[in-house]
Amino acid sequence: MAVGESKISYDARGLAEPHAAVPRISEIDGERASFDAAKLTTREINLELRWLLYELGVTDVTVFNPGAKHSLAVGILTRCRINLEGSLGYFGCGLIDGPEVHIKGRVGWSVCENMMSGVVVIEKNAGSLTGAALRGGDLVVKGSVGARTGVDQKGGTIIVGGNGGMNVAFMMQRGRQIYCGDVGPGLGDSMYSGSIYVAGKVTSLGIDCVEEEFGPADQEMIDRKFGIYGLDKPDTFRKFGCGRQLWNYDQLEPNERKLVL
Amino acid sequence: MCGIAGIIHRDGVADTGSEITRMLQSMKHRGPDSTGFALFGPPGQSIVIRFKLADANDRRDFEFAERLERHRLEVEARLGKIGATVDRVQGETEYAYRATVNYDGDLKALADYLEDVPGCEVLSIGHSLEIVKDLGDAESVAAQYNLGSFRGTHAIGHVRMATESDVDISGAHPYWAYPFSDVAVVHNGQLTNYFQWRRRLERSGHRFASECDSEIIAVYLAEKMSEGNSLETAMKASLDELDGVFTYVVVTENALGVAKDEMAAKPLVLYETPELVVLASEEVAIRAVLDREIDTYDPYERQVHVWTL
Repeated sequence: MAVGESKISYDARGLAEPHAAVPRISEIDGERASFDAAKLTTREINLELRWLLYELGVTDVTVFNPGAKHSLAVGILTRCRINLEGSLGYFGCGLIDGPEVHIKGRVGWSVCENMMSGVVVIEKNAGSLTGAALRGGDLVVKGSVGARTGVDQKGGTIIVGGNGGMNVAFMMQRGRQIYCGDVGPGLGDSMYSGSIYVAGKVTSLGIDCVEEEFGPADQEMIDRKFGIYGLDKPDTFRKFGCGRQLWNYDQLEPNERKLVL
Repeated sequence: MCGIAGIIHRDGVADTGSEITRMLQSMKHRGPDSTGFALFGPPGQSIVIRFKLADANDRRDFEFAERLERHRLEVEARLGKIGATVDRVQGETEYAYRATVNYDGDLKALADYLEDVPGCEVLSIGHSLEIVKDLGDAESVAAQYNLGSFRGTHAIGHVRMATESDVDISGAHPYWAYPFSDVAVVHNGQLTNYFQWRRRLERSGHRFASECDSEIIAVYLAEKMSEGNSLETAMKASLDELDGVFTYVVVTENALGVAKDEMAAKPLVLYETPELVVLASEEVAIRAVLDREIDTYDPYERQVHVWTL
């Protein structure tokens, strides 16, 4: 299907916008483009982005006035640069693979859900479930994040300049999370693997999350990442990981054991 | 899912009617079933009573209009009998009414006496509180009840996606804290110890107009406050005593408060300046009032905030 085609025919809550068309309002200058999203709907903004990136081969897009709308810049699967000059609502930049995104405002819940690769830098705060099921790439939040940040994270790095909420790194499986501030109760609850670095206070550890030794390799990684993004770096980092008490991969249920024997 | 919103102008009266309508309309996708408002006008000597005599989706049978008129006259007569001087009873829609009365007796007795009229449900009683709720989105309810011109200091609202009880006015938020004057609550979430609290509060004489779990919160808080607790103390107690997931917003005559459960399971975005506080389930709702880039944040788990006028 070409950009703008839709198979949706029924739209009771007004969210699917089956008849939205590509607005084609961008000012295009070679490989750069920009447009004002103030009067556009969610789908029109996403269609305009896709039209620029996929059909016109633009590699650097600036979006003005995103207006805290939900689900913007989702599912972009190409290497490019996207500047969002304002705040996003929920589910921003989900399912992206490749882009380098700079968000000047705040984001709501579930930003960068299932991001595969690329870089997302957020200047202000982020809501809960930030970087849920993140697979790869770097997600940098200069403000604070909400509860369950990096839940089910499977790779990549989340860097937070401020504080984290409760149950951050819940069920984390791989990757890294770095918090310059404090984190809420239940840090790394039921995590499988991966590393969490916290510079501030840890309210309480979740089940099977334990403190690990902070080594030179950890310091090198933090120095490198903070260098790339030009962030102020605290020197009080502690490292947390999985205690592996809940690992039961090689243990069989009693009735299964009978069958094997 | 549901969407909640609140706004408080700490520096004086503003167009809260149209502001809260715009906020709720922008969150229509969170709850298309019904919309409700709790608005605070300038407090006066008299008491405002909002009541309904039928529901929006009641069957319009042969003598529907006649019966409504008969019951309205009965309500007026009872207001006279109980010692209230009726100022005005006006029909806003064919089944919802607003009365202003001068009365300084027991509010519970007043509410019970009125609700004894068949079909009557008192939606709110207060010196400045007015609860308006009906089926449909924010703009249609606001137009129906002429809220566009309402001016006041603070207001809350709710768009409802019904999950736990019926789609009707009784099941719509905000809930008035029967029988306490000027207290109302909107809630996003589910309470799991609803029946425990309902039975407990019923034993101490409260009536519940709906099967909706959110109604508990309003009465719970008002009862705590009537025992001499401050709003903030009552809200902090609710974090331990109410079980389930919730973000709720409560308003009293001179305050607006918000509380979040220990799982931080339901969203809330907060914009705060010394003069103005705006909060909602989504930032788009705040942008409906403040159309510019703003600094907002999400409160964390077990947080209680109260702003007074």
